[in-house]
Amino acid sequence: MSENKKLLVTFSPHIRDSVQTDKIMLNVIYALIPAIAVSIYYFGFFALKTYILTIVFTLAFEALFLKIRGRRITLDDNSALVTAVLLAMNLPPSSPWWLILIGSFIAIVVGKQVFGGLGQNPFNPALVARVFLLISWPAQMTSWIKPTPIIENFNFDSISAATPLSQAKTELISNGKILTDFSDTSAYFLGNVGGSLGEISAIALILGGLYLIYKKIISWHIPVSYLASFLLIIIPYWLFFPEKSLSPFIHIFTGGLMLGAFFMATDMVTSPITKKGQVIFGIGCGVLTAVIRLFGGYPEGVSFAILIMNAFVPLIDYYIRPESLGEAKHV
Amino acid sequence: MTNGFIGGIHPDYKKTLTADKPIETLSYEKDEIVSIPLSQHIGAPAQELVKKKEQILCGQKIGASKGLISTNIHSSVTGEVISIGNLNSPLTGKVKGINIKITNPDDPPKLIDTSKKFQDIILEAGIVGMGGATFPTHVKLSPPKKIDTLIVNGAECEPFLTCDYRIMLEHTEEIVKGAKAIQEKLKIENMIIAVENNKPDAIQAFREFSKGFNFKVKELETIYPQGGEKQLILSVLGRIVPEGKLPLEVGVIVQNVATCKAVYEAVEKGMPLTERVVTVTGAVKEPKNLLVKIGTPVTKLIDVCGGYLGEPEKIVIGGPMMGMSTSTADTPVTKGTSGVIVFRKEDLPNLKMTNCIRCGRCVKACPMGLVPAIMEQFAISELYEKLLDWHVLNCIECGCCSYVCPARRPLVGYFKTGKRQVMKIVKERENK
Repeated sequence: MSENKKLLVTFSPHIRDSVQTDKIMLNVIYALIPAIAVSIYYFGFFALKTYILTIVFTLAFEALFLKIRGRRITLDDNSALVTAVLLAMNLPPSSPWWLILIGSFIAIVVGKQVFGGLGQNPFNPALVARVFLLISWPAQMTSWIKPTPIIENFNFDSISAATPLSQAKTELISNGKILTDFSDTSAYFLGNVGGSLGEISAIALILGGLYLIYKKIISWHIPVSYLASFLLIIIPYWLFFPEKSLSPFIHIFTGGLMLGAFFMATDMVTSPITKKGQVIFGIGCGVLTAVIRLFGGYPEGVSFAILIMNAFVPLIDYYIRPESLGEAKHV
Repeated sequence: MTNGFIGGIHPDYKKTLTADKPIETLSYEKDEIVSIPLSQHIGAPAQELVKKKEQILCGQKIGASKGLISTNIHSSVTGEVISIGNLNSPLTGKVKGINIKITNPDDPPKLIDTSKKFQDIILEAGIVGMGGATFPTHVKLSPPKKIDTLIVNGAECEPFLTCDYRIMLEHTEEIVKGAKAIQEKLKIENMIIAVENNKPDAIQAFREFSKGFNFKVKELETIYPQGGEKQLILSVLGRIVPEGKLPLEVGVIVQNVATCKAVYEAVEKGMPLTERVVTVTGAVKEPKNLLVKIGTPVTKLIDVCGGYLGEPEKIVIGGPMMGMSTSTADTPVTKGTSGVIVFRKEDLPNLKMTNCIRCGRCVKACPMGLVPAIMEQFAISELYEKLLDWHVLNCIECGCCSYVCPARRPLVGYFKTGKRQVMKIVKERENK
C-alpha cells in the first residue's frame, strides 16, 4: 500500500448482516406477488391501471417531498414502493385516476413525510389514505366490479357487484337479519369475489404472509394473535345469532382481514417492536375488527382497527419492555 | 434456571483461514525496534522505570503497576531504550510508550521471583485478561467473596480469530495446569473449561486431561457472544450476573485460556508476560497464527504474512465484532491484541444508513434483553436518565444490535458513548 494512505476508522462491529432496509421492503413486494397476480387475473386492465398509477403517483410524491424537505431522494429504499402497492390493494379496481392521485398524496405526504419520512410515521400510510378516501368519497370507494377471469375481460366495461360483507351489512341494517344465502364459499377463498384489489384472494395473501414469516421479515405474533382474537369473538356470536352474522369462514376469507393481518398490521414502522407488544397489538386489532364488523355502521373494520391500534404503539413499546438480564432498579 | 442464552447472532465465522495454521514463532533481528505501551490494560497506566539510552534485558520490568487497578510492564527484548514518547493506539489515538532497539534478539526473558504470594506473582508477571478486555488478572484473582466455580473461557466466539483455538490444541496441558493453579490457590470447588462446539478437537484435547486433573469440559453452542462473561456464566451454570455487578457476585471467576497459560508460565516457570499469540488474517497473502513479542509493530506481522492482499481499507485490532479499527498499521501489539484483521474495500459491508424502520432485529439479537432501537432515540435526544432506566449499563457492547441492523444505525456506538454520560448521573446520585 502507499505509505500514507489513511485507513478507515469506524465504530465496531466491522462486519454486518447482509439484510438491509431496501431488501426487507423488496421482500414485502415479493410476498405480494401472488395476490397481485390474482387481482390482475380477475380484474385485468382495471387492476393493472390502478397499480401503475398508484406506483407512479406515490413515487413522484415521495421524490417531490423529499426534495422539498431538502433530503436525499431515497426512492431506492423501496419503502414508497411498498406503500404504493399496499395502497393500490386497498382501492377498488375501478378507482378513477383522481382518486388514486389524492390517495397517493395522502399516503406519502400526510401519512409519512410530514412526520419525518421513513420510520417516523405513527400510522400506516396506505391505511391513512384508504380511510381518508373512504370517508371523503364513499361512493367511489365502495363501487365494486364483478371479477372476471382475464381471458374474458378485454372489454373495459364492468358489472357492479357488492362484497359479501357490504351486502350482508346492508341487509342487516334494513331487515334486521341477513337474507342472502352465502353458503357457497369456494369462490371467496380463490378470489372470485367483489372487493378491493388486495382483498379478493385470501389464499394468495396467506402464501405471501407465510413467505414473509419464513424469510423472518415478520414474525407470526401479529397475524396469529390478530386472527385468533378475531375468531374468538366472531365464532360464539355466529353460533348464538346465525341470522345476524356471516359465517366465520366468510369473515376470515373476504374483506381486508388477510391483507390486514399479514401485510398492514405487520408494518414494522407502525407496530410494536417486542414480541409481547406485538401480541397485545394483534389482539387489539382482532377485537376492534370484530366489534366494528358486527356492531358498527361500516361493513369492514380492518382499516379502522389497525389505525386505532397504531396510535397505541408508542405506549405499548414504552411499557412492554423485555426483562433485561439481571436488571437493576434505577429509580 | 435453565441455560437460557438469549439473543445472539451467527456471523460468517471465517475461522478456516487460520484454524489449521500451527502457531509460528516470529523471529527478530538485531536493531529492530519494538514499542511497548505503558498502558496495555484497563486501569491506571504503569509508571516508567527506564530512561533513554538505558540498556535493558528481556523480561526486565520497565513499567511499574501504579494504583489499585494497574499492572507491570516488561520489556519483551534485550536492547537499548532509544526514546520514550507517544505511540499510535487504536483505543486512545496516542499512548505513552517505550521504544527499544534490539541488541540481542535471542535472549530469553529474565525470570521473576516465584516465591511470593500467588496474586503477587501474577502482578509481578504483568498478566491481564488476554481475551481482549485486559483487566489486570491479579485483581480478578483477589475476590472479596467466596468463589465456587472457575470457568475457563475457550469459547472464542469472535469471527476470524483462532489464536485461542491454536493455544488450546498446542498448549492444552499448560492451560489446564494454569487453571488448576488458580483453582487451588483460591480454593475454588469446581473448574469447568467451556469451548464452543465448532472446535471439537479442542474439546477432545481437554477431555483427555479432565479425569487426571479433575475438571469438567462444557461444550457450548456456537453463537456470538457466547464468550461474553455474562453469557458464558448463563450458558454454563444458568446463573445471572446482576446488572452492574461482576461475575464474583454469583460466585464465579472467568479466565480466558491464554490467560491461564500465562498464569502457568508465571507461576511454574517465572516467566513475565512478554509475548502472545496473534491471529493475522483477512486480506493478507498468507494468514497465520503468530507468537509475537509485545511491542512488535503490526506492519511486521503483516510482512511476515506475505503482505497485503490487494489494497487495505481497514485494519482491525482484535475481533471484527468488538475490535478497534486503527488509522495506521504503525501500532504495536499489546497484551490484549488477539487479532489483526485486514479488510479490503470489497470485504467491508455496505453501510448505507436509513432511518430506523423498527424491524425489531436488534431486540431479538441483544444478548442482554435490551431494546436498542428505542434506546438509540434516547441517546440521540440525550435523555440519559431514560437511557439509564432502560438499562444501558447492562449493555456489554458486543455489537449484535449494529450487526443485524438493516438500517445500518450505529447502535452500539451510541451506547458506548451514552454510557459515559449515564455513569455521571449514577455518580451524582450516589453523592447525594
